[in-house]
Amino acid sequence: MSLWEYANPVKFMALSGRVLPVVAVLSGLCLVVGLVWGFFFTPDDFRQGSTVKIIYLHVPAALMAINVWLMMLVTSLVWIIRRHHVSALAAKAAAPIGVVMTLIALITGAIWGQPMWGTWWAWDPRLTSFLILFLFYLGYIALWAAIEDNDSAADLTSILCLVGSVFALLSRYAVNFWNQGLHQGASLSLDKEKNVADVFYQPLLFCIAGFVLLFIALLLLRTRTEIRVRRTKSLLARERMA
Amino acid sequence: MQLGVHTLSVARGGIAVLEGLSFTIKAGGCLILRGPNGIGKTTLLRTISGLQPALDGTIEAVEDSIAYAAHSDGIKQVLTVRENLAFWAEVFGTRDIAPALNAFALEPLADRPAGALSAGQKRRLGLARLLVTGRPIWVLDEPTVSLDVDAVAMFAGAIHAHLASGGIALIATHIDLGLEAEILDVTPFKALAPLALDDAMEGFL
Amino acid sequence: MKALLIRDLQLAMRAGGGFGLGLAFFLIVTALVPFGVGPQSALLSTIAPGILWLGALLACLLSLDRILALDWEDGTLDLLACAPLPMEATVSIKAFAHWLTTGLPLVIAAPLFGLLLNLPSAGYIPLVLSLLLGTPALSVIGTFGAALTVGIKRGGLLLSLLVLPLYVPTLIYGAEAARRGAEGLSSTTPLMMLAGITFGTIALLPFASAAVLRVNIR
Repeated sequence: MSLWEYANPVKFMALSGRVLPVVAVLSGLCLVVGLVWGFFFTPDDFRQGSTVKIIYLHVPAALMAINVWLMMLVTSLVWIIRRHHVSALAAKAAAPIGVVMTLIALITGAIWGQPMWGTWWAWDPRLTSFLILFLFYLGYIALWAAIEDNDSAADLTSILCLVGSVFALLSRYAVNFWNQGLHQGASLSLDKEKNVADVFYQPLLFCIAGFVLLFIALLLLRTRTEIRVRRTKSLLARERMA
Repeated sequence: MQLGVHTLSVARGGIAVLEGLSFTIKAGGCLILRGPNGIGKTTLLRTISGLQPALDGTIEAVEDSIAYAAHSDGIKQVLTVRENLAFWAEVFGTRDIAPALNAFALEPLADRPAGALSAGQKRRLGLARLLVTGRPIWVLDEPTVSLDVDAVAMFAGAIHAHLASGGIALIATHIDLGLEAEILDVTPFKALAPLALDDAMEGFL
Repeated sequence: MKALLIRDLQLAMRAGGGFGLGLAFFLIVTALVPFGVGPQSALLSTIAPGILWLGALLACLLSLDRILALDWEDGTLDLLACAPLPMEATVSIKAFAHWLTTGLPLVIAAPLFGLLLNLPSAGYIPLVLSLLLGTPALSVIGTFGAALTVGIKRGGLLLSLLVLPLYVPTLIYGAEAARRGAEGLSSTTPLMMLAGITFGTIALLPFASAAVLRVNIR
């Protein structure tokens, strides 16, 4: 039983059809628990007041914004190396989710930044990096949309994803060099001492799990849709030929 | 020197158009492809020239031995006829463009910008390009479009000389060039299933 | 390879080749900035390095689709793909020709336009150096973008959308070097980073450009 078997659309459709409802329900549960706990049953921060609670949307969305791109990078590599069509379609399906996650992170960040820093937007390195990431997502999606031939589109976007990843990393360092920021240090780290206090931390973990599961659910749903779109096109092509 | 094609299948936009084609052209031989528009002659010729991957089957030819010419000849309007030819000669590592100019009666036009040529004259320039490539196998896609009777004769003469010197020509054309050539109608090779693809792709159907 | 370079230069120089368009665009951008931000010379000299870099970048961007689109339309790329010249060499040469006809004139003209924006005298050498080091990266990255969008009709806007994010690191280090120079600070670090990006892209990106061009040709 190899993982690659699920590169076959039939097997993928069968498995994802069974997994999707489970993941969707779990994601809903985690989000409800995490958000209700976070919003209503945690104390206000002694410096930031209740504004700190936006962390439950901001941090998971920001994490996902980056991780979705990483997932696209992996699936693009799988497409380039092993040419599994489902992999390319998964990358295509993930991009719009990633762009929304980036947008959520940027918007919640602005809403949080207004009371904390006194400004909606600052050219802080992390904000700037996310803005650049947003542009990368837009370019990637636009390229998919512009090319008609499926395999060519998959090839070109995969290479763009690889090259883009390198340049996104370069941009991250360039932006850090260009402006030292206002951003607080990482909210989460494996070093327990540096973490946010436990009371905030536990519901945050639920929210992050909820966002991850939500992403997986949306990704499965969207990939299934892409496979069906591809199938429709093939059937139409067959009909034209007949 | 020969050009061999074995059970070749070719695809356009991920959809198989022709399948199971086999033929061999020996040195000095010429094969003319026939078939209705849209059957996949252009796709076949591009695949044989190495511009796109074959779906299935093999193409047997010495590496870097094929010269391809199609509807658009890569002619730059602002360069003169001589400059256009000299460029391709240098890219292919041949130096002498005089025989090519001569074969298509382009000497009187040699110093005119290609943009000032008529459609037929441009076509002649595009075909003259084949001569400067120095490649033994010519793969030609509708080479006689916009040529007048004289020019077609010139072209037939050039092919004749090429074959006589041991060259090979594969031509998709509908007009009679007066060559001793085998004719292959590709219509029977039309792909029946639109997608003859690998296992993974079967799931899309 | 030399033949391709010479041909590309000839094409750029002759009628309709667009040589000098980038330069004219650069001049217009530079001339329009004071209308936008006001004529105070103190303000202008502060923003001059950034504006000059941005102007050069946009002028570069403007001419990107010419790198490959014309050769695509008239079938030259198909024929080059059959030629005994690796695609990697073709795209490298094309990027180099683009730099010679667009980037280099911008580098030479930049000090002149610096005068218009009241660039402090200490800033000229770092400006020219940073442009000299940075513009080749703009051409090479731009060629990658042009190769990606070559088969797309009216791909100009998409080309900008794809290329501009890729230009960010080059712009940051380049403009930073020019800015530090204008303020009389040492610009060695950003110049080194800029050189790193330029040499890195020249070494690696042609492989990606050639790969996408092959995909587009098939």
